[in-house]
Formats: sequence, structure tokens, C-alpha cells
Amino acid sequence: MEYAEVFREEAVELLEELESGLLELEKDPKDLKLVGRVFRAMHTIKGSGAMFGFDDIANFTHHVETALDLVREGTVPVSKELIDLTLNSRDHISALLAAATGGEAADPERGREIIAALQAITSGASGKSGKSEIKKAPAAEEKTEGKLTHYRIHLQPEKVFFDDGGDVEQILGELRKFGECTVFIHQAADESAEDAESVWEILLTTKHDENSVRDVFIFAESSCKVVITPLAQEGKSDFLEHRKLGEILVARGEIDQDDLLKVLSAQKPLGEMLVDAHLVSRTKVEAALAEQNLVNKQIAVKSGKGVDSIRVASDKLDRLINLVGEMVVTQARLTDVSALLGDMPALVEPVEEVERLTTELRDCVLNIRMLPIGTTFSKFRRLVRDLSAELGKEVQMETEGAETELDKNVIDQLGDPLVHLIRNCLDHGIEKPEVRIAAGKPAQGTIKLAASHSGANVVIEVSDDGRGLDVAQIKQKGIEKGLIKVDEEISDLDILNIIFAPGLSTATEVTSVSGRGVGMDVVKNTIEDLKGSVHISKSVPGQGTTIMIMLPLTLAIIDGLLVKVSNTHFVLPLGQVEECVELSQDDIDHFHGRHVLSVRDQLVPYVRLRDFFEIGGERPELEQMVIVHNNGLRNGLVLDDVIGEHQTVLKSLGWAYRNAAGLSGATILGNGEVALIIDVPRVIKCAQQEEAALTEKVH
Amino acid sequence: MNEKENTQANQYLTFSLRDEDFAVEISKVREVLDVTTMTKIPRMPDYLSGVINLRGNVVPVMDLGLKLGMGPIVKTKNTCIMIVEIEVEGTLVEMGGITDSVQMVMDLLPEDIESVPKMGTNLNTQFIKGMGRQGEKFLIILDIDMVLASEGQATLRDMDAGVLAAGAEVASGALVAEAK
Repeated sequence: MEYAEVFREEAVELLEELESGLLELEKDPKDLKLVGRVFRAMHTIKGSGAMFGFDDIANFTHHVETALDLVREGTVPVSKELIDLTLNSRDHISALLAAATGGEAADPERGREIIAALQAITSGASGKSGKSEIKKAPAAEEKTEGKLTHYRIHLQPEKVFFDDGGDVEQILGELRKFGECTVFIHQAADESAEDAESVWEILLTTKHDENSVRDVFIFAESSCKVVITPLAQEGKSDFLEHRKLGEILVARGEIDQDDLLKVLSAQKPLGEMLVDAHLVSRTKVEAALAEQNLVNKQIAVKSGKGVDSIRVASDKLDRLINLVGEMVVTQARLTDVSALLGDMPALVEPVEEVERLTTELRDCVLNIRMLPIGTTFSKFRRLVRDLSAELGKEVQMETEGAETELDKNVIDQLGDPLVHLIRNCLDHGIEKPEVRIAAGKPAQGTIKLAASHSGANVVIEVSDDGRGLDVAQIKQKGIEKGLIKVDEEISDLDILNIIFAPGLSTATEVTSVSGRGVGMDVVKNTIEDLKGSVHISKSVPGQGTTIMIMLPLTLAIIDGLLVKVSNTHFVLPLGQVEECVELSQDDIDHFHGRHVLSVRDQLVPYVRLRDFFEIGGERPELEQMVIVHNNGLRNGLVLDDVIGEHQTVLKSLGWAYRNAAGLSGATILGNGEVALIIDVPRVIKCAQQEEAALTEKVH
Repeated sequence: MNEKENTQANQYLTFSLRDEDFAVEISKVREVLDVTTMTKIPRMPDYLSGVINLRGNVVPVMDLGLKLGMGPIVKTKNTCIMIVEIEVEGTLVEMGGITDSVQMVMDLLPEDIESVPKMGTNLNTQFIKGMGRQGEKFLIILDIDMVLASEGQATLRDMDAGVLAAGAEVASGALVAEAK
């Protein structure tokens, strides 16, 4: 990966961290830990920005950091103004970042405005520092600073460094201000002290944190190789085990393991031997011994380390998933073949084992792509904050189930629809404070975003405690648009769900936020493209609205139900299947051939797939009906035969079939045949429209 | 490399559709298959014959006869699916075309290729790259990207529409039956 790309990714994460930290800080301005968190994020952006040559970002961030430093010291109080400005600076950094990585140029004027405003606040406040709201208290940051940490600093200046008038002694002088320094100079073969090949190795014991140490090198970094390695910290250390000299040298890459073992077999002190054997120079051994001593001084309890993670390019993951997909198909084939061969115990056992392993492997691999949905939630908090201020409303956002995991692709595509739903809640749902008070509700409205697992699905609910949807108004609109008939018997919930139809907006005036009648249908389409569904699950006038989104856990492999009509195999996503019942000729006669069936006293309308897909052929005497849930309703799909569960690897039908009606893809069965995956909501929608068109003609 | 590209550029795969000879650039063709089990996609135009499983990938297949408005390909032992790689909206996709038979790879130098007559081919001229001369005969060199990526039938042959429709019914029935 390119360095710029590494920085960009890191910065995006830090900006998110910054934003969520700021929003929490706004709620709890006295929390110094949060101030520390925000400061650290800013500081790291500055540091790595400078390191990777993003000078605009580093310069701008430096000013913001200065202001935040004053907040951290308690000189400047946390105010709404300050939070606003810092959020604005976050946006500006984000714009700078976009500009630096090939996007539109950022407005430098805006940066200057922000800096000026920040300076106005901080200078004003530092004048009356005695009255600051926040008392200086030991923040988390300061605690780490208070502890002694040992660093190994490897400094290898290039020739340019000296040409530019760089002076190692000056750096060493600065480091000595930090704490105890032990310096080793590993001279190059031709021995001039200022030769480009010399290496300085400094062992530093200091109370300052790594970033402050790094700052010493900020000007030297471009022309020197600087490696700062924390060795051990008082009280907390990842390097706590006593390390032998040989191990240290190997870890530092000075010698390799084989050489070490060879030399170890002799009986002199190791350092002596290594020097005698000309494997390392004496100064290097001394440096290593000094390091050993330092580490030995630390007796610390190993604290649980956080989960390590690595960055992997997503196309590598995609390839892995494809391979697992192929393996799942092959495994299904193997199981088929072994079943055909009949009673062969020697074969059955390994085949079952492969089946188990494949399933496990599949779950593992798919899990790699899973991310907690909370990362998007924090984005919405900012949206709610800014938008409510713009609309003159008081709104707080609550989240639940932020740890719920979803496929990364799904999360990425979920952002826009959720933004839209939340905007709607804010704009239409939540009333103005005075209206709310008059209605006996708290002035502050609440928008709740909740995610949870439900079988193979993830359910996301967006709810508000606002005025609720106006059934009569929506019905009126629906009639105007010809979506429902005047005298149609239709439940309130069904009426509400027509807001997802194209071109329907109940907002009487168009605002910048919503009301243009595009949106809810786009939301619905996006969610359906993700194989999910969205509907209004509840709306009570004066109490609020709840919208429910259901999504499959992943898009690559799903659990499906394999069914058959004539000779064509179809797969239904198991997550949408509720139950299977039989449909006999008697049942059909009972309802005079109308496409409904009573299942446990509930009428279930059905679609006969044979007719829908124009398959032809004789239908069997006893048909099967699979009951699926769609938009909160139960519908039946009638087919010939239910074969069973099937691990379905989703394949695209290809460009030529992108408009295929009621199909979302294909999969390959164990015998090599292609089965088609049914897009349940589309089939039902399509069948409804066709029936409506037919009855229209008759009338 | 350059030399290879040049030779490739001058090589064409010839095939027949309803007794007529056509050609495509060899560089577009991935492979040629016998007709295998095909899964018909319901509610799609007739010229879209279905999808096949090509080593674990689902590949859409088109009846080139129907697509070019010449009537359906009737399955014989020579019937082949020609898998070509075309560019659609910036990405390369594999697609199959059913042909009556695939004949041979032949060299056609640029001077052997005449430009497309403005009229008289009964084919939409944007689907034709040129007319290749092969002795006394001419072959139609198809722009396979345009043919496969376009919507609808590429059509317009001056032919008795009734005969065409009747033929289509019989033959597509035959192919569908085969798929099952």
C-alpha cells in the first residue's frame, strides 16, 4: 500500500474517533478522559500528517491541538462554541485530506477562519484562567506521562541531514531534557564521526510519552532513519519478561538465530564471545547489555493486551470468500456423490468431516468481513446534532446494539438509507420544543437507533418519539397518486407503508432536508438491493414512529431452501421462510380457485411460481406452499417440491439478466446444475402489480 | 509481444448461423463448448437462452440466430456455445453465444476486409465491423461487443415475419426441451 493511503486510512479512523469523542464530550464536558482522547486523536493526526508530508494538515491541526492543549490543562473551558469549532476543524481536516488524496481543493479561507475563532476563544479564556470551569485533575493522559518509560531510539542520519546543517548533538541535548539518556555510537567502517553511515543508538528513560519523544525528531525525520521502540514502562509493560542478551540481539536483527546458537555452544560470556567472533561490534553488545539492564529493572505484571489487528486489502478477502464459495459447492457435490454410492462407512466419515470443516471455514471466513455497526452510528450522532440545531429542535440520539456485526459491504451501503430515515425523523417526526411541551412531552425529542440479531438477519430499528405518521393524510396522498382506491379496505399499517412508494411525500413544504418526494422509495430500493426489507412497524399519533429494517448477515453465502418447480430448481433465502404447508386440490376448491389459503385461521395470499415464472407443465396433485414474510406480512409461494436446506453461494446472473424479474441471482448445485435464487419481495410485488393490472382490464 | 498482438489482431474465428458465415476477432473468444445443460431464466426475451455453469461460474448465453433476427439456432451435433469476453460498462464479462457450428481460425489481412456497406446486409450496421473476403465468398465480421451488449433484438431482416415467428417457436421449444 502507498504511504499516502496508509495515512489516509489512519486519519479517517482518527477523525471518526475525534468526532465521537467530541460528541461525548459535549454531553459530559467535565470528563477529562474525553478531553485526553480528543487531544490524542488530534495529536496523532498532526504527527503522522507531518511524517507523511501532509504539511497542510499538520499545520492546521497544530493550531487546533494548541487550543485543545489549553483545554486539557484546564485553562480553557469546554463550551458549545469550542465543540462546534473543533467539529468544524474536523470537517476541515477531512476536506484537506480529501484534497491531498486527489479530491477537490479545500478552502484555505475556512481554515484561517476556524483558527482565528479558536484563538479568540482560547486567548479570551486564558486571560481569566483562574476562573476556568474545569479544575485541573489528573487525566488519563497525565497518568501515563507520570510513569517512567524506556525507549530505544535508533537514529541513522542520511548524508542530507548533515548537508542541511543537522546536528545530532542538538537532538541529543533535547532528549537529555526528557530524562536519562545512554548514547551509543556505532561507527561505520571508515570512522568519521559525521559520516552518513554512523548510527546513534539512544536508550532513554523518561516520563514523557512516545509522541513527545517523537516530536524531538520532527525536523530530522525527513533526512534520518528514526525508529523509536518503547521497551518497558513502569507498572505496565508488554516487554516484561526477562530477555536474554542473545534474544535481544536477534530481535534487533543484529545477528541471526543460527549464529547465536553456534556461539552459545562455547563457554565464554556471551557478549565477549560475540565480539570475539566478530559477529557484532563491542558497542552493539554494550548497547544491548544496557537495554537488558533497563528491562530487568522492570518487574511488572503483564496486563491483557488488546486484540491485535492487521489491515488486509479487501480484494484479498474477496478472493478468499470466492474460494470458500467454490469449496462449499464442491463439498455439496462430494456429499451427493457419497450418498449415491450408498452404504460405504469408510467414505461417510471423512465426507461428514469435510462437511463440518467446510461449514466452520465458511463461517470463519465470512466473519472476517463482519464489522460492528456502531462505526456508522457515531456518524449519525453528528448528523442529529447539526440538523436539530438547524431546524430549531432539541433532539438526542440513543443507540443500542452498536456491537451488532454486519458484512462490511452491507454497512457501507446502509449509510445513505439510514441518513435518510434519520433526517425524516428529525424533520417530520420530532416536533418543535414548544409543541412538545404543549403536548405534555419533554422538550427534547429522542431518536433511537437499535440493532439486534434475529436468526440469520440483523434487525435495525429507527424510532422517534415525535408526532407519528398521519394515516389520513397518507391515505389521501395514496388515493391522489392512484396507489389505493377510495373504498379500499386496507389496514392502517398497510396505508403507512405506501410512503415507500415512489413520488410520495407528505411534507407540505419542501425543506432542505426532505419533502421532495424522492427518498423513501430510494431507501426501500437500496435495502432491497441488499436482500433486506424495510417497513413501518409501528406508528402511534403523538407517540412516534418505528421503522424496521431487516438485513441478511452477509451477501456472499446464505442459507437457502432448495425447491423445485417442474425441472427447474429455485432457492429461497431461508431467513425469509416461515413455514411450509401443503396445498391440495380441496384447499383450492374451498377458496373457489382464488389464490388464498387459510393457515391457522389467517388468510395467506399466494403466488404460484409455475404461473409467475411461466414454466408450464402439469402441476402435481399436492402442491407445496412455502410461507415467507415480506414487509411484515405473510405470503405464500406455491411450488412442486421442497427439497431441503442448501448452503447457497450467491452468484450474479450476469449483466444480461440484470433485469430478470423476481430473481436476485443464481447458485450452482452439487450436480453442477444452476439453480435460481428468488427475490421474494420482488416476486410478490410484481405478482401484485400484475394482478392489479388484470383486474383493471376486467372492470 | 507486439508481433503476437498483430497476428492475433489479424486472426478471426469463423462460425455459421443459419447457413451463413460470420467471423469474430479471435482475441475476443475465450473458448468453444458443446451445448451443455442450460437453465432458462423465466420471463426474459427469447434470444436470452439461459445460463450455464462454466467451471463454477454462472455465464449467460444468447442465441445469436435470434439475436440477429435470423431465426433460432436448431440444435444439432455441431451446435456450439462460443464463450466470448466483452466489455460492458467498463468491466469485462463472459458471455456465451449459441452458433450452428464453429468452423476455423483464419487470417484476414486488413486489405482483405471491406468496409460495411451502408445497406443491403439487412443487419444493423453498427453490429458489423466489416466484410471479410475469402476467395469468392464474403464473411460478415461481427462487432461482438455491440451485438451482445445491446438490448433487444439486433434484427431487421427482410424476411417473412410469420415464417420467422413459427420457426422460432419450434426451435426454441427444441432447445428448451434439451435444457431440461
